[in-house]
Amino acid sequence: MTDVRNIQFGAVGTAPVAARPTIQVVPLKGLPIVAVVVAFVIASIAGNWLWALTFCHVVGGGLWTAIDLFVGLIVGPILGRLSLAARAEFTARFMPKMVLLMPTLVLMTLAAGFQLALKLGNLSPASPNHAWLVASFCVVGVMAVIALGVLEPANIAVLFEMRKPNPDGAVIARLMRRFVLTAGITGVMQVATLIIMTRVATL
Amino acid sequence: MSGVPAAAPASALSRRFPPIAGLTTVSLGLVVVGGILMASYAPRRPPLGVPVAVTVVSAVLLLVSAYLTARLRPFAWDRFFLVFRWALLAYVISAGMIGFAFIKDHVRGAPLAVVFVMLVIFALDVPLIIAFTVARYASPVGHAGSLPDVSQPT
Repeated sequence: MTDVRNIQFGAVGTAPVAARPTIQVVPLKGLPIVAVVVAFVIASIAGNWLWALTFCHVVGGGLWTAIDLFVGLIVGPILGRLSLAARAEFTARFMPKMVLLMPTLVLMTLAAGFQLALKLGNLSPASPNHAWLVASFCVVGVMAVIALGVLEPANIAVLFEMRKPNPDGAVIARLMRRFVLTAGITGVMQVATLIIMTRVATL
Repeated sequence: MSGVPAAAPASALSRRFPPIAGLTTVSLGLVVVGGILMASYAPRRPPLGVPVAVTVVSAVLLLVSAYLTARLRPFAWDRFFLVFRWALLAYVISAGMIGFAFIKDHVRGAPLAVVFVMLVIFALDVPLIIAFTVARYASPVGHAGSLPDVSQPT
């Protein structure tokens, strides 16, 4: 991200621009969808239903990895080159969706994946996949700490800051810097996940 | 709206805080490490020495963070609790789901107790980090102008 210190919503310098979007930190319309997904994952685990567990793990994991890499490598650099007003407007519309989407995908992927590994015997010490799965736990652990301890708090704090009558551009810039600083680590971890999971699937 | 207000208050960045987010993130990292150790032994019974040790350290760090947070004055407590309670709801559901998976997989006795404590810490760590991060940049109710440095114990 470049300098966003002077973001003033509804204005660039002294020239008024489009009305500032109303920011809903958690998009309430998305909550029923999240509830359905969580219920489906719980039912899959409770029933030990192989197809559903595989579906949740593959779909959730594929989306998680793809979105992480796409946002980090494609959207992020483009966003950094936009005008301040465009960047602010994009962020105001984009980040609330990520507040719901990413934790749901992570929960779906990990819960179903662990159950799937147990069901298929991949966690057994005798399995050739055991070491790969432990490696994947470590990779996911690093990503979880970054996501939950660094990125999600920043994401929500940015949204609260943008709701203020006079958002502090310096605060937003400081918080957004976290995304840039962790993008490299997350990218490497996601590529490692792809390598590990394709190894597990083919051993 | 246009330009910067004439009498703009000092940026929230200028106020220093104790390392609450950092300590709580380390606490979170430790329960994640403990969780990985426990999960890597599934479906066998894991040795509990290291997981218990990291859980204890993690709990201590969480308590220190909670203590440091409770001493913050002035602080945007209304904003803190607004965010904390909703985040807590979300992460209790999340932790409950993980706990359900362990119970479903027949984890019982001491290992289940350790997992349960880890999940409680996890479900408190994340909301605390989120709520503190949001509230530190919010203005405390009834406060205007510059705010005191609260990074050192008084």
